[in-house]
Amino acid sequence: MKKSITVFGAMAATMIATSAFAGTLEDVTARGTLSCGVNTGLPGFSLQDDKGNWTGIDVDVCRAVAAAVLGDATKVRFVPLTAKERFTALQSGEIDMLSRNTTWTHTRDTSLGLNFAGVNYYDGQGFLVQKALGVKSAKELDGASVCIQAGTTTELNLADYFRLNGMKYSAVVYDTSDQTREGFEAARCDILTSDQSQLYAIRSKMADPTSAVVLPEVISKEPLGPVVRQGDDAWFNIVKWTLYAQVNAEEMGVTSANAMEMKTAADPNVKRLLGTEGDAGAKLGISADWAYNVVSQVGNYGEMFERNVGLKTPLAIARGLNALWNNGGLQYAPPIR
Amino acid sequence: MNEFKPLPSLPPPASLTGVVGWLHKNLFSTPLYTILTLVVGYLVISSLIPVLDWAIFSANFTGNDRSACESGTGACWAFIGNRINIFAYGSYPAAEYWRLDICFALLVLSFGPQFFDKFPYKMWLGVFSLTGFPVICFYLISGGAFGLESIETGKWGGLALTLMLAYVGIVAALPFGIVLALGRRSEMPVIRTFCIAFIELWRGVPLISVLFMSSVMLPLFLPEGMNFDKLLRALIGITMFQSAYMAEVIRGGLQAIPRGQYEASKALGLSYWKSMGLIILPQALKLVIPGIVNTFIALFKDTTLVLIIGLLDILATVQASITDPEWGSVATEGYVFAALCFWVFCFGMSRYSQSLERKLHTGHKR
Repeated sequence: MKKSITVFGAMAATMIATSAFAGTLEDVTARGTLSCGVNTGLPGFSLQDDKGNWTGIDVDVCRAVAAAVLGDATKVRFVPLTAKERFTALQSGEIDMLSRNTTWTHTRDTSLGLNFAGVNYYDGQGFLVQKALGVKSAKELDGASVCIQAGTTTELNLADYFRLNGMKYSAVVYDTSDQTREGFEAARCDILTSDQSQLYAIRSKMADPTSAVVLPEVISKEPLGPVVRQGDDAWFNIVKWTLYAQVNAEEMGVTSANAMEMKTAADPNVKRLLGTEGDAGAKLGISADWAYNVVSQVGNYGEMFERNVGLKTPLAIARGLNALWNNGGLQYAPPIR
Repeated sequence: MNEFKPLPSLPPPASLTGVVGWLHKNLFSTPLYTILTLVVGYLVISSLIPVLDWAIFSANFTGNDRSACESGTGACWAFIGNRINIFAYGSYPAAEYWRLDICFALLVLSFGPQFFDKFPYKMWLGVFSLTGFPVICFYLISGGAFGLESIETGKWGGLALTLMLAYVGIVAALPFGIVLALGRRSEMPVIRTFCIAFIELWRGVPLISVLFMSSVMLPLFLPEGMNFDKLLRALIGITMFQSAYMAEVIRGGLQAIPRGQYEASKALGLSYWKSMGLIILPQALKLVIPGIVNTFIALFKDTTLVLIIGLLDILATVQASITDPEWGSVATEGYVFAALCFWVFCFGMSRYSQSLERKLHTGHKR
């Protein structure tokens, strides 16, 4: 039995190794559509609206790559994937890229034959607190009761954090995210912990969303980003620089509304970005106006953020870590030149 | 002479007839029953009122976002109304809904008449629903021929996908099951061993792992660039799995047929296939109708497992929709709706099997 498992594993590993595809760009161009793996349903990241259209910040990353490569943001085939099958779908070539709230970790980057092309959302575990408690910082939570979903890494992070700070807590464990929220709403616990993006989604579902606040502390790092297969550097560059183009566009003030006028702007950086000067597109193997297509059809990073998860949406997430580097956040893109 | 005329017989006392009589006989015949009736009646009514209040009287039926449901304390059916297209059709393009509508109408038209004993051409309808119907619907739904726009399987979803999975599973599992059951009782060792191995292998693993293998492991073993459709993989998995179960149900029927029937058919000089097709199987299948339909109903509900491989059937679309921040807490409404959908179809199958049993009843009932 043990031997057969070893053989099986070896076979699987060989298959993964040999399926190091090249030429994803050629495939996508020939096919005319981009196959993009997304979440089956996560508010703000990847969710179908009442017309069946996919919306969300992860979905928009797919659209941006389609706009860069094919010149048309609508030419995406969305493949809804569960957490378990997402890497197989990418390794087996069923999808061209994965944009499914996937945390960039060392193990995944080094041992799965994958490359992370950047970070489109800096997430991390946080706390949702009843406003009536008047708590301003996670350091004041000694003795609190915590609603938590069972069997997740959030449980371990929570234990570590409280032990590290010499505080005590009592856990109230629930099975699903919905039950956790209902427990919190029924005041079975003082705080609820989960990834911050989840906390905002949970808060938006409450009968009175203003009765709870998300604390500023983030106790774990969960950088989420698009993933491509290892061994196809040309494609890796395209996905990576599409994201960078959106961040650069925000930094330079290029938006979907003014992209046309900005083509004739005086700033050489803007010209290089929008393809009126230099050969950034050619170096990636795609058209010169690639970034113009991305920004005019999908928007810059800030627009994409505000449209899907920003303060005007029901999720109402502040930019926080996802603000530009010159605004106190982490979103930083190398220059295009 | 006066003829003797008996007085007309008196009507039974009022307490034995009509509503009062029924109540007296069934609900209040002894003090103990009276107490039980009152207690149960109180429990039923006191739990029914809040349920009805939630589901109907305080419920909100119209609206396009959470503001529609903030006024009432009842169910937010407006959410279901808003999402009904997704639940029914998945992400199938709205302009092409008519294709799925036609298929659904064909489904109802070809199966509906089977409930009525007197309907003519039932046999032809049956043949159509097993042969013409799947072919027509396949071309209608997937398109790519006869000038219809091609729609890839990734966009199929909702109730349409659930019905599709169940239909294909049911229609394909029955013949496979029959063949496997016969094979398992065959006297030819190779066939018998193969059938036993097949049945025991598929019956021995959970459906969830079959689906998982088909979606996660299989693609890794296929040669590079060869990718066959995820839906097709799932359908093959479900069919294999269900035909193993079906084979065992049918084998039960085969074993219940007295040996004399086998011997008699041989004595008539019938070949193997003729004796099976004309004598044994009609009796055996009739005997195990409840078991077969039981398997079908289980299969219908098992189709929801495809959500773990990212196929968005009705339950998966409901689960995704209830997380939408445009709406408040609507999980209960969503799950109640999904449960109702499943109940309607499962109950329909159950009724059909009972009507079949009555119709085919030839005095062998024990």
